[in-house]
Amino acid sequence: MARLGINGLKVGILAIAMLGGALAQTLTFWSWRVEDKEFYEDIARQFEAKTGIKVVYTPYKNTEYNTILASALAAGSGPDIIHTRAYGGLAQLADAGYLLPIDAKQVPGLSKFPSSLLNAARGFKDDTKKKIYGVPFATQSLGFFYNKDLLAKAGITRLPETWPDFKAALAKIKAAGIIPLANGPKDGVSLEQIFGVIGPMFYGGTDYFRELTAGQKTFVDDGFIKALEETAALKEFFPPNYAGIGYPEGRTLFTNGGAAFFVTGGFDIAYFRDNNPKLNFGFMPAPPLTRGGRTYVPTFADGNFSINAKSKNIEAALKFLSFLATPEFGQQFTEKLAQASAVPGTKAKDPVLQQIMEQTGYYGTPFLTLVGFRYAAPTGTELLRSGLQRMILGQATGRQVAEEMTKGVATWYKPFQK
Amino acid sequence: MRLERTLWLVIFLTPALGLMVVFTVLPAVTALGYSLYSWTSFNREAFVGLENFRKLFSFPFQSDFLRALGHNLLAFVGLMVVQNGVGLLLAYALWRQPPFFKFFRATVFLPVILSLVVVGFLWLLFLDPLIGPLTKAANALGIASFAPLGDPRYALLTLMLVNAWRWVGFPALVFLAGMNNISEEYFEAARLDGATEGQVFRRIMLPLLAPAFTIIVLLTFIGAMEWFELPYVMAGVSGNPDKATDTLGLMFYRMAFGAASEATSNVGVAAAISVILFVIVGVGSALGSRVLRSREVEL
Repeated sequence: MARLGINGLKVGILAIAMLGGALAQTLTFWSWRVEDKEFYEDIARQFEAKTGIKVVYTPYKNTEYNTILASALAAGSGPDIIHTRAYGGLAQLADAGYLLPIDAKQVPGLSKFPSSLLNAARGFKDDTKKKIYGVPFATQSLGFFYNKDLLAKAGITRLPETWPDFKAALAKIKAAGIIPLANGPKDGVSLEQIFGVIGPMFYGGTDYFRELTAGQKTFVDDGFIKALEETAALKEFFPPNYAGIGYPEGRTLFTNGGAAFFVTGGFDIAYFRDNNPKLNFGFMPAPPLTRGGRTYVPTFADGNFSINAKSKNIEAALKFLSFLATPEFGQQFTEKLAQASAVPGTKAKDPVLQQIMEQTGYYGTPFLTLVGFRYAAPTGTELLRSGLQRMILGQATGRQVAEEMTKGVATWYKPFQK
Repeated sequence: MRLERTLWLVIFLTPALGLMVVFTVLPAVTALGYSLYSWTSFNREAFVGLENFRKLFSFPFQSDFLRALGHNLLAFVGLMVVQNGVGLLLAYALWRQPPFFKFFRATVFLPVILSLVVVGFLWLLFLDPLIGPLTKAANALGIASFAPLGDPRYALLTLMLVNAWRWVGFPALVFLAGMNNISEEYFEAARLDGATEGQVFRRIMLPLLAPAFTIIVLLTFIGAMEWFELPYVMAGVSGNPDKATDTLGLMFYRMAFGAASEATSNVGVAAAISVILFVIVGVGSALGSRVLRSREVEL
């Protein structure tokens, strides 16, 4: 009797546990995208309706996210689904063994992503480099945004078609008493972006990037140095008091209709539209050096959806990732967040975003410092930013900066260590 | 009786001591341990001895480290002169009991109770290159390009001045309390002997203020070496522009937790920085305290 009782109890517990498991399997999902909470909660509802698996989305403050996530992972806890950064940001979690490697068998949609995007989801160590640790969620591309009304006011009726024409147009705008370029050097962010947009024309875009990563070339290269010099030379078109202008100040200036051009990425379209619905703006890649020449749109993957290697719900997590790799999800992402989803073939409602996505298809090239050189300190990014800042102050030449970048990156970048 | 006294001491000291051990001693010792290991992200890996210290003192981290340390020391000197110097003068002015004495005393101390983040953003607005009133005034006065926070020559100085603006009430109050503690008899005696006000200030007041100086100098030293919040709020985690406002605190934070979008952390080297910072602050305060105390005179 007693035995039966205990066995009965065991069966009962088991049944309840199984029932509970089936009824309320819940995935936790952490992110730094506070502004996208509503969107992901809607996605979670759709996913639950399909599979019965609940997803709880918890965003943290952008600047605190890395720390919160890294400490949770180091303590062996953390969420099932992790919104990870791309390239170096993901690689260091992958290298530490925190992320689950995935393949196209587990996440069928993965095979449709171009390999350039999947590179954003690889580790950096020799063994983790071969595996994929997440589904990319967005691609970002950079270029010149322009204020149509201000261009008309300055008497510029056609967009300049070559780089020399473009600089002449900037001079004309300046002469008309309008600030030509909203960007400034203070935090270095905009300098890196300007370099990313105009640099590829001078250093030879994707071919040079390949040679860099193969160790055939370094930054000490005539084209690269020329790109640095052209970037620094744009300072004559920066706003007044430009030393105090960083990325946020420049963005505010352009959004309020205070400058004709602003170099940034498609990620700012939503900001422009939200903060100044009347802003009449368009997008153009850097005009080529000569008429009909080659131009480039620097592009990068913004981040990934990854799975915690210690998750107890790996099967359900893989199902969720598979859903996040479908065109169904991608299309909603592009439409509702006004960002270019990484899922191939989505269409944007916003005409400017749609144009950027198309031009990225034609002219895309890796955003050099971000895609290739943010894997360890000192990053190519920080060396480039501070180098360009010194060039603008007249404290360094392009060649010196190129040499310093090569020397700094060579401390951790194997292709440069020969 | 004696046992009971000891028992009471233990009872009263234990909570504070416990908190100190958990939140001060343990982290310091742990950081020392951390600095001896190699790290991938927040994963502790192999024991590497002093390798992280060697890395910190070689290319490419050495120049950043020395520059940041230099900025901390500059901040100490600058804040001693500006913040505490002005604080002393203000205290003296208040001690002379000017009209509206209570109003001025409150005003001088007011910024101290404001949140540091609020102060930082307030001054960012004042100095905004597009809409800042100070920028507009400077431009109107004929300074074509005015952006002290964006110019590596002035950025650190600007931060020091903002820091002084916020903190000046504190040394002023400490000095004022010290001055009020000095018996009026000394001053009267000196004046009867024909001393001028300047002589009274230099020869009587300053020496007798030594205990207040000890406290202020030590607190300024510790504050300057651990300077983090204001540079972080006003110049960002990379010490913009071009690391002109970098401090050891910022460098530690960057190395340990990475800049938000890059997430390239280097916990081992960061721990090495924190150990060195701990030693500098510990040894510096102990030495400073010995030297300064030996100069104090009994009232």
